Amino acid sequence: MADRYDAIIIGAGHNGLVCGALLAKAGKKVLILEAQEQVGGAAITRKFADGFSVSACAHLLYQLQPQVCKDLDLSIDTVADDMATIALDSAGQHLRIRNGAATGLNDSDARQLHAFHKRMARFSELLRTYLNKTPPRLANGTKTDVVTLARLGLDMRRLGRKEMRAFLRLIGMNIYDEVEERFENPLLKGAISLDAVLGTHLGPRSPNTILTYLYRLAGNHGKLSTPTGGMSGVTEALAQRARDSGATLRTSMPVKRIVVDNGRATGVETDNGETFSSWIVASNADPKTTIMQLVTPRYLETGFVRRIDNIRMRGNAAKLHLALDGLPVIKGIDKKDFAERMLIAPDADYVERAFNPAKYGEMSADPVLEITVPSFRDPSLAPTGKHVLSAIVQYAPYGLREGWSDAARDTLMNHAIDKIAAYAPDIRQRIIAAEMLTPADLESEFRIGGGHWHHGELALDAFLFTRPVSGAAQYAMPLDGLYLCGAGTHPGGGISGAAGRNAARAILDREKTT
Amino acid sequence: MSAFEVEQGKLRTPFWPKTRAFDRLSESHDWKGYASADAYLEGGLEYFAIRNSTGVFDLSPMTKYRISGPDSLAFLDRLVTRDMKKIRPGRVAYAVWCDDQGQVIDDGTIFHLRDGEYRVCSQERHLAWFTAAAIGFDVTIDEETTRVAALAVQGPTSFSVMQNLGLDGIENLKMFGLMHFDFHGEELMVSRTGFTGDLGYELWIAPGKAEALWDALFEAGKFLGIRPIGTYALEMARIEAGYLAPYLEFIPAEETVRTGRSRSPFELGLDWLVDFSKPVFNGRRALADEQRRGSTWRLVKLDIEGNKEAHHSYVYARKGGRMINIGFITSAMWSPVCKQNIALGSVKTPHGKPGDTLWVEIYYQREMHWSRVMAKATVVDGPFWDPPRRRATPPAPA
Ligand SMILES: Cc1cc2nc3c(=O)[nH]c(=O)nc-3n(C[C@H](O)[C@H](O)[C@H](O)COP(=O)(O)OP(=O)(O)OC[C@H]3O[C@@H](n4cnc5c(N)ncnc54)[C@H](O)[C@@H]3O)c2cc1C
Repeated sequence: MADRYDAIIIGAGHNGLVCGALLAKAGKKVLILEAQEQVGGAAITRKFADGFSVSACAHLLYQLQPQVCKDLDLSIDTVADDMATIALDSAGQHLRIRNGAATGLNDSDARQLHAFHKRMARFSELLRTYLNKTPPRLANGTKTDVVTLARLGLDMRRLGRKEMRAFLRLIGMNIYDEVEERFENPLLKGAISLDAVLGTHLGPRSPNTILTYLYRLAGNHGKLSTPTGGMSGVTEALAQRARDSGATLRTSMPVKRIVVDNGRATGVETDNGETFSSWIVASNADPKTTIMQLVTPRYLETGFVRRIDNIRMRGNAAKLHLALDGLPVIKGIDKKDFAERMLIAPDADYVERAFNPAKYGEMSADPVLEITVPSFRDPSLAPTGKHVLSAIVQYAPYGLREGWSDAARDTLMNHAIDKIAAYAPDIRQRIIAAEMLTPADLESEFRIGGGHWHHGELALDAFLFTRPVSGAAQYAMPLDGLYLCGAGTHPGGGISGAAGRNAARAILDREKTT
Repeated sequence: MSAFEVEQGKLRTPFWPKTRAFDRLSESHDWKGYASADAYLEGGLEYFAIRNSTGVFDLSPMTKYRISGPDSLAFLDRLVTRDMKKIRPGRVAYAVWCDDQGQVIDDGTIFHLRDGEYRVCSQERHLAWFTAAAIGFDVTIDEETTRVAALAVQGPTSFSVMQNLGLDGIENLKMFGLMHFDFHGEELMVSRTGFTGDLGYELWIAPGKAEALWDALFEAGKFLGIRPIGTYALEMARIEAGYLAPYLEFIPAEETVRTGRSRSPFELGLDWLVDFSKPVFNGRRALADEQRRGSTWRLVKLDIEGNKEAHHSYVYARKGGRMINIGFITSAMWSPVCKQNIALGSVKTPHGKPGDTLWVEIYYQREMHWSRVMAKATVVDGPFWDPPRRRATPPAPA
């Protein structure tokens, strides 16, 4: 006889933890099964060299939803709040950007940046209201669906007709046209372009990169922070909340399959052969993996399977970790600047050129990088006097044509370090140890299909009512008892907790009505 | 015939060298790229061959998929609404398949050729849908339309024709059964199936033996009134039998662009094909929902007063002294065997229950002038034409 629970959560990523904790708080008997030894999914701190730890995947916190913190009575300790962005210039004329203002811009750019920021903030505020709601169904709506839909209409109208038209026009547009039209400073154009394309299989000239930019801002007005002790600071706290509310959390327990009996999910079976039963199974794994591998298509209808099978899972973000015996020297960078976020994306064309090879299954020889040195403010991460550099390196296509071998990984690492060396010439001498995680590594280590940041491309055709796919955007899948609660669902990826919270609410709502 | 149609219907079936000798009209239409005869000599005459002797219809353009592999049954069971586990080897099933919204994509016949090996036949092509439906199944879908030539041999003398052809054991073949025979060293598959609602068989053979089969068949039937028939005659028999035709009784769901223009199996009178004891099949969730909520449309078979054919007519019901428009006719004809003015139609529920009286607005033209009648119509249950010989086993010899 298998153990019975009210709800089983597959995966203790931050979304799975939020979902599990909220269900437990609502009085459900919850079991959370995590494949890895450690909870947190892509939001963890991990040792990568003797004495050096780092946020192994996500490294900046800017989307955590206040509603999640409030519902779970959570407050996250941070070592840095409201970090600035430094767009690195090879000549040392760096640009420091924070909250819609930047040092070193000419008058026109400064004015334009202010206007651009105001406008984006306004539109992202509109998006923000929808992050924490289940998107309405388009047909056969229940009453709340209709209300949400009406609200969406209302909020849009509150923007005013002209602004609304601008919004609808903008979200399909590309960021490149926008920055080229407004700005002169190449560093500024590069920095904004980078923010629009991080984590996507898109270049700044690709459609709907304004939407992805807005999505990034929507989380927390674009304010960047780093949790104390790295990302595990967030997920360990969440795990504690889940346990405190009575949830059972078991790690090193990969789920092999979701048990389907007579047309409904009734539990799960783990790799070691244990089975657990429950009338509610919520998966924090990405939608494609959940449906195609854990459920398997034969238990679902063809149209749905076809849509899931077509989810674009082409991850492009790789992660570089360097253990350094001291801070590198960068022309024009003061010591205190290492507390901020640094970007290597010297102009918009550079970012687009970095993307070009990815279209053909090749990695960028000149990648774009988002660099932080978390040990600068958080000494717990490295031995005294030593440092950790954490960088997102793009583009490293998951579907690399030559395949992700050790040699390919080394090549990518060299491209990334060479690029850093162009600004910090002494970097190579400072390296004690290095780790490179390609999207293929992220897939195998974190069980994220394609190593994709959002568990599936975030694009207009996979947004709101159509995320992950149309007809299944309400967290409940077309298999009774099965739910999704991870980044692949509305609103998307990033450490936000919105998907996990919305899913928990959807599960509890549905329980009430059936 | 327009130039476009000539272009479209330019493929010739393997029987063409034989059928052309009978073709006095040169009137054909396009069927998936093939020229398919409307009639060879005279449609009415050909119709009477189906009902009084034997008509032979070239159904080679019919789309055929060979389904094989370890998951073939599981694949088909999930694809169609009926329970395929009940269809043993040597049996044939009429089936419909739906999209996730429970709307009919097409209907067709599924032949369980040998253990785990099937042939799916339909008027339309479905490779894209079948390929999607095969995701996650260990199954091979092989489009074999051009590799199998086929004839429908239909009518009261068709059993004797089969006997004359030397098909040993054909007398034991039951309706919706199939048998394999040797024909000049090739496998000849014969099924007791058809689209006419009468006694009849369908013959399936490799194209290389098509002409020889035709010759042998017409030799076997030469004193039994055998004659090639075109679509016109077949269509009459089809309506009398109450069978559905895609693009008439329903629009294949994947072809509709407007909402509400497709139909569910319930709305086509095919409730008996929907088996909810299967935990999953395409459309199940939507159909279960529809069953709870009730359907919007109902397919009706109408027996209409008078003799004016009700083509393209609106259908009305009387409500409180007013006529309300409830639907339309999809197929209509004067039935020579039934001596009835019959039609198939699609009406809004709750109207159209068997026994209901409805009204059909018929426009007709006499010497250029148009007139209109409101003809009374009765909704009938079951096919208009369903003679006992259709299922008698062994069938009576001619
Ligand atoms: C390189 C990279 C850098 C990123 N940087 C940032 C950043 O700086 N800031 C930011 O906000 N976001 C960032 N992201 C995005 C962010 O990490 C993800 O969107 C987010 O972590 C998704 O959270 P989740 O809880 O939905 O899923 P995940 O964190 O992926 O968690 C899913 C969990 O489910 C578990 N699981 C999967 N399958 C099974 C199974 N069969 N059995 C048991 N357990 C299973 C996994 O092990 C995992 O723990 C980055 C992403 C990448 C790839």
